[in-house]
Amino acid sequence: MEYLLLNTLNGLSWGMLLFLISVGLTTVFGVLGVLNFAHGSLFMLGAYLCMQAMQYFDSFWLGLLVGPLCAVVVGVLMEKFLLKQVYGRDVSFQLLLTFAVLLILDDGVRMIWGSGYHVVDPPVLLSGVMSVAGQDYPVYRLFLILVGPLIGALLWSFFHFTRWGKTIRAASFDNIMAEGVGINVPLIYTAVFALGTWLAALGGALAAPQQSLVPSMGEKIIIESFIVVVVGGLGSFPGAFAGALLLGLLESFGTEFAGRMQMAIPYLLLAVILLVRPHGLFKKGV
Amino acid sequence: MKIQARINLAGPILLVLLLFAAPLVIPIYWVMILSEILIMGLMAVSFNLLLGYTGLLSFGQGAFFGLGAYTAALLLQAGHDNLFLILSAGMLVAFLGSLVIGFFSVRLDEIFFAMITLGFGMLFFSIAHNWRDVTGGSDGLPVFSSPTLNLFGNQLTFYTPNSMYYLILVSVLVGLGLLRVIVQSPFGLILKALRENKQRVSFVGGNVKRLRIAAFTISGTFTGLAGVLFCVFNTMATPGFMHWSFSAKPVIMSVIGGTGVFLGPLFGAGIFFVLEQIIIQFTENWMFFLGVVLVPIVLFFPEGVFGTLLNKFFKQEIK
Repeated sequence: MEYLLLNTLNGLSWGMLLFLISVGLTTVFGVLGVLNFAHGSLFMLGAYLCMQAMQYFDSFWLGLLVGPLCAVVVGVLMEKFLLKQVYGRDVSFQLLLTFAVLLILDDGVRMIWGSGYHVVDPPVLLSGVMSVAGQDYPVYRLFLILVGPLIGALLWSFFHFTRWGKTIRAASFDNIMAEGVGINVPLIYTAVFALGTWLAALGGALAAPQQSLVPSMGEKIIIESFIVVVVGGLGSFPGAFAGALLLGLLESFGTEFAGRMQMAIPYLLLAVILLVRPHGLFKKGV
Repeated sequence: MKIQARINLAGPILLVLLLFAAPLVIPIYWVMILSEILIMGLMAVSFNLLLGYTGLLSFGQGAFFGLGAYTAALLLQAGHDNLFLILSAGMLVAFLGSLVIGFFSVRLDEIFFAMITLGFGMLFFSIAHNWRDVTGGSDGLPVFSSPTLNLFGNQLTFYTPNSMYYLILVSVLVGLGLLRVIVQSPFGLILKALRENKQRVSFVGGNVKRLRIAAFTISGTFTGLAGVLFCVFNTMATPGFMHWSFSAKPVIMSVIGGTGVFLGPLFGAGIFFVLEQIIIQFTENWMFFLGVVLVPIVLFFPEGVFGTLLNKFFKQEIK
């Protein structure tokens, strides 16, 4: 019973982080049509910049605010100078270009902060453990479980109720028509990429207190968020949420029923979904 | 037209002569680098049968490289050192592996194809990484013996870097030759048609799925050959061969060299390794600079460096 609870909570907290990363990836794909291989590196950059800002301001909360915003600057430059050139071009060019950015960011971080790992403490308010149904559980992870749905709900309302959100959705449906009715599509693209970067970097900053920071931390999460996005359906918002929860829970329970082979579970899930429902769980077929 | 034909033939012949003469003039260190370029070049050219010819971006090519390498390592560890046995067993296993993965993967296109091959590749990686009794886990399988070749009663071994180089050179040239024949055959032409428009191929009676599986297995089998050679060269098979970051290498090499020319990926491999050697002379952060070099290549050389040069100087028709 307690094992069930602990694994569920672990799965949920990891799933919520995965959701934050994946929702940015899927939004960028939905609007810009680019699958960003460097998305995990933006996640990593968010974590490092948060750490740096924390040292500067001596506050986790300011780090959480400032770090991801600095990453957004990098994201905007990346969109303006690089991605812009490959819209509508072959998938291999897009993947390779964003892969090149991944190499630059990962090694760049290694040059600045070194290849050793760094540790960030959670803020005093969220440190320590709390009793959940008689079980001690880290407060910080419970905080993550709450923050995920909160940001998800905010995003959903943004896309459905605000003028900007509706404009973005219009541009993703038909960018030529959107341009025709006077929407500044290039601006929308930059804004969406900035939003995606912010979500990834925020995920990184939130992940910082619960995992150690290493330059390769983006590589694991990029593949997992690819899996989440494909499982949920490319460009689908609820899909990213469901996919992230599914993957998070599968992984936390995986060691129990698959032993050493639990590492293979995400890929097995990816392959099965692609074979049975190539367009993901939450997207209708073409 | 005549001059064109002569250029077409003269280039490869000159290249082969240079490759055979290379160990006589360049230092051992570079003979080793050249060996690695040839092996990865073979992998990249076989990979390009999918990307450049058939229009399929595979991100799991490392799986077949690894299958070849592990087969060779297991055979060598078990005391079988017959070169032909090792080469054909490695290719056979890679063939079977690519037949299975291909069967499931080729029904998908574009990004979905890239994702499913990535998934299968990582599945193989997980198996190699965790099945310690057979694969040695993350330590990999070391090989302490070198294959032997019985040639007209002479027992040849490949312990020196130069003899190893010639073994690799001959095997890679045979592999490239076979691939070249395949690419120029009517089958190769159909693959290009598939890349351009698979609906039309299917309308005129082509079985798209079967053709794609054929391309996938041919590509996988020759990648397996590259894997066998690398295991023998490196005296090691490691799970890293099957990781997606290794599968990204032939993609990078093909795009650097040019996916539109048969030998483009081989030159891409050469550029990749020489670049790496130059960069590590003055910094250990070579990935950073690889990224910096890749960006303009992707943006401004859509036909790759080799493809663009050929196009510019010889008005070579790009496929």
